[in-house]
Amino acid sequence: MGLINTSRAKSPWVVHFDCGSCNGCDIEVLACLTPLYDVERFGILNIGNPKHADVLLVTGTVNPRNERVLRNVYEQMPEPKVVVAIGACACTGGIFSECYNVVQGADKVIPVDVYVPGCAARPEAIIDGVVLGLQKFQEKVAKMNSKAV
Amino acid sequence: MNTTLLVVLAIVLAPIIGGLLSGIDRKITARVQGRFGPPILQPFYDVFKLLGKERFFTNKVQIVYVITYLFFAMLSFVLFVLGQDLIAIIFVLTVGGGAVVMGALSVRSPYSQIGGQREILQMLAYDPLLLIAVVGMYVVTGSFKVSEIAAWQMTNATPLLYVLPLVFIVLVEVLTIKMRKSPFDISACHHGHQEIVRGVHTEFSGPYLALIEIAHWYELMLVLGFVGLFFASNLYIAAALIVAMFILEIIIDNTTARLTWRWMLKSAWGYGLILSVINILALQFIK
Repeated sequence: MGLINTSRAKSPWVVHFDCGSCNGCDIEVLACLTPLYDVERFGILNIGNPKHADVLLVTGTVNPRNERVLRNVYEQMPEPKVVVAIGACACTGGIFSECYNVVQGADKVIPVDVYVPGCAARPEAIIDGVVLGLQKFQEKVAKMNSKAV
Repeated sequence: MNTTLLVVLAIVLAPIIGGLLSGIDRKITARVQGRFGPPILQPFYDVFKLLGKERFFTNKVQIVYVITYLFFAMLSFVLFVLGQDLIAIIFVLTVGGGAVVMGALSVRSPYSQIGGQREILQMLAYDPLLLIAVVGMYVVTGSFKVSEIAAWQMTNATPLLYVLPLVFIVLVEVLTIKMRKSPFDISACHHGHQEIVRGVHTEFSGPYLALIEIAHWYELMLVLGFVGLFFASNLYIAAALIVAMFILEIIIDNTTARLTWRWMLKSAWGYGLILSVINILALQFIK
């Protein structure tokens, strides 16, 4: 079990779902993969398939049109999984939160574990968010195991 | 007794070396792209993590196909180590490849379906080339058995590479397809790149994806062993040849873009078959 837990922390595969962002946060997410930040150093891969992913990165404003899709992506991910809301829009709705067509944050639809603020969030902050998500991972696994017992 | 030991060693060591090779592959690839890259042990972390994930399947029959794939990949490598018949080895390898396709086609996800179709095309592209390479070895050595092909090279002190150079060049293409490298990573890429989501692997997740990865390491070892068989007269040079081929594949992977399946079939059945046949016909005339 120890080996698997170590490996979990060393190989978080992320899937990125854009709920309708201005592309600011999306570009910063992709910037993490470039040679400058190179998150593959930590084993982080942008895997693009919820069925393979451990971490779901949500960017942009969630709205009634795409919350179904967001929930679908979340439910397709096998446990243990972590959700990271990136940017003001995904955290709270941002400057659009008063709009009639905007849901006030991704946590209204799916359980969010880590909030990364910023407009747009900086790549360093995103990497920090994923790393914080990995700590949540351990807590979730501990909870899963205690449930199983 | 010796055979049992050899089988156990093959089953235990192959995934370890195969995993390390894929780690080195990822590191070199990262360096070529100007990145630092993941640790060499990264493929093992990935596999252990996947083994600890929730068991998730779209269609229960997928589990059977994944285990079939792993078993046949293991079997083909063990047969190779034991010096058995190359025709049988290719047959076993193909059954394993077919199992993945069946698993991918057993669900209704369009990505998985397209990935499965493309995997079939890949098999159609490289299988004839592998078979012709084996036929070439038979023409030279008079045997299909790995042990006898190796023995022939030892006694005659002529490596197959000198006799079948064109067939060896064709093997580069086979390896590119089999290792899921650009330009022929059309059904699924071995790296994290996305193509039709994850192609043939889209609908496999968690522990089943881990088993597929382990099976891939066995296959990697088998195809690299096949490369080594071209210089079986000297084991050191054979090892050097394998390393050179492996690095060449990584360079090809990083300097080419993904092609369509039409290109793959054209180059495999066109240049591949023509080069192989010319080589084997030339042998007849020289004799």
